[in-house]
Amino acid sequence: MKYLILIYEDEAQMAARSPDKQQQVFADYGAYTQELVAAGVMVSGEALQPSVTASSVRVRGGEALFTDGPFAETREQLGGFYLIDCADLDEALQWAAKCPTSRDGTIEVRPLLVWET
Amino acid sequence: MSEATEAVNAVVRDEWSRIVGAVVRATGQVQLAEDVAQDAVAAALVAWERDGVPDRPAAWLTAVARRRAIDRLRKVKTHLDKAPALQAMARLGQAPGPLPGETPDYPDDRLRLLFTCCHPALAAESRVPLTLRVVCGLHIDEIARAFLTKRPAVQQRIVRAKKKIAAAGIPWRVPDPEDWPERLPSVLATIYLVFNEGYAASSGAEHVRGKLCGEAIWLGRTLASILPEEPEVLGLLALMLLHDSRRAARVGADGALVLLDDQDRSTWDRDAITEGLALLNRALVLRRPGPYQIQAAIAALHAQAATPEDTDWAQIAALYGGLLQHHPTPVVALNRAVAVAMSQGAEAGLALLDDEALSAALAGYPLYHAARADFYRRAGQRSEARHALECALALTMNEIERDFLRRRLEQLKDRGSS
Repeated sequence: MKYLILIYEDEAQMAARSPDKQQQVFADYGAYTQELVAAGVMVSGEALQPSVTASSVRVRGGEALFTDGPFAETREQLGGFYLIDCADLDEALQWAAKCPTSRDGTIEVRPLLVWET
Repeated sequence: MSEATEAVNAVVRDEWSRIVGAVVRATGQVQLAEDVAQDAVAAALVAWERDGVPDRPAAWLTAVARRRAIDRLRKVKTHLDKAPALQAMARLGQAPGPLPGETPDYPDDRLRLLFTCCHPALAAESRVPLTLRVVCGLHIDEIARAFLTKRPAVQQRIVRAKKKIAAAGIPWRVPDPEDWPERLPSVLATIYLVFNEGYAASSGAEHVRGKLCGEAIWLGRTLASILPEEPEVLGLLALMLLHDSRRAARVGADGALVLLDDQDRSTWDRDAITEGLALLNRALVLRRPGPYQIQAAIAALHAQAATPEDTDWAQIAALYGGLLQHHPTPVVALNRAVAVAMSQGAEAGLALLDDEALSAALAGYPLYHAARADFYRRAGQRSEARHALECALALTMNEIERDFLRRRLEQLKDRGSS
């Protein structure tokens, strides 16, 4: 089954990181990604620019409304994702628990909807 | 009730998890398994009425459930990989699988089902009702009463949980040992609720459903054999055995409920008490106390009292105080009030029960009113006692308990008029 690993983190906390700490986070993510690839579960994954760069779009009555900012203003914002393919939710949750941000943020695990082929 | 309907009810009550387990084992799909088990029950109501009850009702239902599962998998075209569906169909079709009760790996089957239903990714308030429904085959109404909640709320929790199991790919297996700490508390809570449902069946004339108690104890034993160093597992098993030791004494020859004080203590099951006390001691030396060990300690104090007067109520009240730290629930507070009333007098108990939040939380709970009635009676306040008994009677569904309350009410009236 395919699962989307959504990485939510406190952006204020991120911005306050020391350069050394930031280097450590990059290194941890590099190792984590390699581990996903080596286990054969990695489908894809990307990191996102901070939520200040986000724009939101709504079309109502045929009219597009563009606004600055993310969909929801919350303390923890979506910072990146992995798409993984593994046996079941237990395995997906184990991978989520290994994600470096699980230690100071929140990882949401969502199964993908399987479409009729 | 016709013979066929009675036979169907009996097999659903006793063998439900075996029927569901047989289909889950082949398909890994809990929702499908329960649906086809339900289909099989509906078919049995018609066929057994017409053709008579088969020799082996559970085997009949399992066979029909398997066939219905194959039919359903054949129709499934969406949201499911074809290959697993085909594999599941092959497993379902395998020449008649081991008959229920004859399956060597049957305990494992039930444990797997239990752990799936108690998965931490399911909402906590869903796990227990789901397990009682799927693993134990309890009716939604019974579950609602065990939880002091309403039927639609229970139903909704179960439906939501089953959808998540299917859509999120929650696996059907016993977890690895490192996941036990997360998985265990809700498994233990579930087993204890199964036991309680059997010990004090919430409706109907059959007060003690020994089968359910037996199943809960069996599940407890299985867990204790897997985790002999886990004090709460031992504590739960001790607790269930100590309660179960009084099973025969709780119901009189006329089927009426006999209270602890009035029980013939010589009929208590000494072997169960000995085993329960030994398990509790094994748990306590591990020095990781928890709510099941505390409750087992309370049950042990009752079991060790030769007469009701010998009961160490002060110690029991203190243990309930400790339990309240783990489980700050109205029902625990009620039990503590009973122990306080026994050790310090009825007025002290009434003072605890009249707490505003507690009386609001327990207004719909018959035992709350029964306890108040008892305290008032002992305090000599007859009309208050009568009123509380009437409240309890209005809320009780269980026939044996209703009989008991009615007799108490009569006694009170007799004494009041004399």
